[in-house]
Amino acid sequence: MFDLDRWREIFQTINKNKLRTLLAGFTVTLGILIFTILFGMGNGLKNTFYESFQDDAQNTIFISPRSTSKPFKGFKENRRIEFENEDLEFLKEKFADRLEHITARVFKGVSAKYKNEYGSYDVRAVHPSHQYLEQTETFKGRYINQNDIRTDARVAVIGRLVEKDLFGDKDAVGEYFSMNKIVYRVIGVFKDEGSGDREERTIYTPVSTTQRIYKNTERIDQINLMYDMSIGANGARKLSKEIEKELKKRHNIAPSDRSALRINNKIEDLEETLQFASLLQIIVIVIGIGTLLAGVIGISNIMVYIVKERTKELGIRKALGAKPSSVIGMILQETVVITLLFGYIGLVIGNFILNSMGDKLKDWFITNPNVSQGTIIGATIILVISGLIAGYIPARRAAKVKPIVALRDE
Amino acid sequence: MIQIKELHKSYRMGSNSLHVLKGINLDIKEGEFVSIMGSSGSGKSTLLNIIGMLDEADKGSYVLDNVPIKNLSEKKAAIYRNKFLGFIFQSFNLINYKDAAENVALPLYYQGISRKIRKEKALYYLEKVGLADWAHHLPSELSGGQKQRVAIARALASEPKVLLADEPTGALDTKTSYEVMDFLQGINDEGKTILVVTHEEDIAHMTKRIVMLKDGVIEQDKFVEQVRASEHV
Repeated sequence: MFDLDRWREIFQTINKNKLRTLLAGFTVTLGILIFTILFGMGNGLKNTFYESFQDDAQNTIFISPRSTSKPFKGFKENRRIEFENEDLEFLKEKFADRLEHITARVFKGVSAKYKNEYGSYDVRAVHPSHQYLEQTETFKGRYINQNDIRTDARVAVIGRLVEKDLFGDKDAVGEYFSMNKIVYRVIGVFKDEGSGDREERTIYTPVSTTQRIYKNTERIDQINLMYDMSIGANGARKLSKEIEKELKKRHNIAPSDRSALRINNKIEDLEETLQFASLLQIIVIVIGIGTLLAGVIGISNIMVYIVKERTKELGIRKALGAKPSSVIGMILQETVVITLLFGYIGLVIGNFILNSMGDKLKDWFITNPNVSQGTIIGATIILVISGLIAGYIPARRAAKVKPIVALRDE
Repeated sequence: MIQIKELHKSYRMGSNSLHVLKGINLDIKEGEFVSIMGSSGSGKSTLLNIIGMLDEADKGSYVLDNVPIKNLSEKKAAIYRNKFLGFIFQSFNLINYKDAAENVALPLYYQGISRKIRKEKALYYLEKVGLADWAHHLPSELSGGQKQRVAIARALASEPKVLLADEPTGALDTKTSYEVMDFLQGINDEGKTILVVTHEEDIAHMTKRIVMLKDGVIEQDKFVEQVRASEHV
C-alpha cells in the first residue's frame, strides 16, 4: 500500500487513461454531488420545520373556561364557567411542586391612539410570567413586573409593529398613548420573530390594571402555565388530568363533562411535531440511501467495464511476472484513489451549491440546507467500499484468466 | 535446460475432449536455438504455452533448469515466469500507454528492482536492439519491426534462462522478419536458449534445430545448418 513504485504505476495509469478515469470519476462526483444536495435540502426542510414549531415554549398548558354540557349538583346544563384570580392562586399553590410559571390572560380589543395615528389592537392583560411562555423578547425598555401588578399601573408593552404603526420611527418607550380613551405609558417594545405579524401587533398590560379599569372584576379569560420539563410527557399528561379534576371540583362540573373546560396541553402537539419530524428524517434518509445506491450501481458498472477493457493489459502484466495479488491490488488501489478524489470534488461542488443557496429557497420551506461532515464522509466511505467490492469481483476474475486467453488475438 | 517427458494435454470442447498433445518427449540443452514447426492444430502453440507456464499439462513431466514445473500456484507460476522466461508474441503485446523504456522496464518492476536500475537496464536493452533513440516513444509511434524489437528488449530485460517466441515474425514483412531473426541469432550467439514457434520454413532454418509437430506428436526432430539472417538483410 505504501510502495512508492506502486503509486507511481497507479498515477501513470490514471493519467494516461484520462477518458476512462473521467468516466469513472464523473459517476462518483455525480453520486456524491446529488447526495450532498438532496440530503442538504432534506435537512433544510427539517430546519424550516423546527424553526416554525419551536418558537414558543413547548412545556405549557392553556386552560380556558367554557360552558357545561351536563347538569350537576343542582346546576343546569349550559352554565357558563368563569375563572377568577382565586383560581389562579389555587393552582399556583396546589401544584407549586411542578409549576415553573403561571399567568392569567384577559383579552380585550382596543382602539389605540397616539397623536394623529389610530389603530385597533388586541390587548392581553397578563402576569410577568407570560413572557416566558410566549418567549417574548423585550428589546427596548422592560416587560411588566410584579410592581406594575400591585399598583395597577397604567403601563403597556407594545409589539414592534404597534410601535411602527403608531409612533413611526420614534422610540415609543416613555411615551404616553391612549387605549379606549385611557392613557397608558409605554414601558417596553417586544419582538417575536417566530410567531409572525399578528403577535407583534399585540399589546400587553398588567392583568390587575385591566381588571380594575373594566368593571373592576376579578375575572380572567384564560390561565396559562408552564411546568417543569423534567416531569416528562407522561407527567405532563397526568398534571393536566389532575388540574382538570381540581378545577371541576371547584366549579361544580360533572367529572364526565367534556366541554366545560378546555385544557390544551402542548405536549400533544409536541408529540405530533416530533412524529412529523421523524417522518421527515425518514424521507431524508430514504433519499440519501437512494442516491447512494444509484452511485454504487454506477461505480460498479464502470468498474466491470474498466476491468473488461483491461483484460489484455492484465494478461501481458501476468505473462511478464505479475502476481495475481499484485494485479488485484493495483485495480483496487486505483479505484480507491479515483473514488476519493472525485468524491471530494463532488463534495466541494455540492457544498458550494448548498452554501450559495442559503436561505433563497425559504419560500419552498427550505432553510439553511446543509449536510454534516460526518454524513458526507460516511457516504464517501460507502462509495469507496462499494467501488472496492464492485472492482474486486471482476479484478479477481481478470487475475484468474490465464494469460494465454487474455493474450489471444481477437 | 528443458526436459519434457510424455506430455499430454487435452481441451474440453463441450462434451467432446480434444486431445492436442499426445505424449511429447523433448530435451533442450542450454544455448540451443530451437524452432517448433507444424500446421495449425498440430499443438505447437499449446506446447509453447505449457513450456511458458501459461498453461498446464494434464500428464507427464516438465523440468525447467532443474526445477520441476508441476501444480504451480498462480503466484508461484508468476514468479517462475518472471525469473526463467522471456516472452515474445506475434502481436507484440506492448502496453499501449507506456513508452518503449517503460514497457521494457515492466518485468523488472515485477522483480522488485529499484526505479533507477530499471531505467538503466531498460535503456541498455533498448540500445542493444538499436532503439535507444526511441526510448520515449509510445508503441503507436513505432513500426511493426520496432515494436517487436522493443518486445525482444523487454523479454531480455529480466535476464531469463529461456526466450520463448510465439510466431515472432508472423505480423511482419519478410525484410523486417529477417531483421528480427538477426537479433535473435545475435542473442543466441551470446549463449541464450531460444525457442521459436513458427510455420515459416525460412524462419525455421535460421534456427539450429527444427522440431516438427503433427497431430500432437513429434514427427521429426533434426539439427540443421543455421542460415544466417544477416546474409538476407
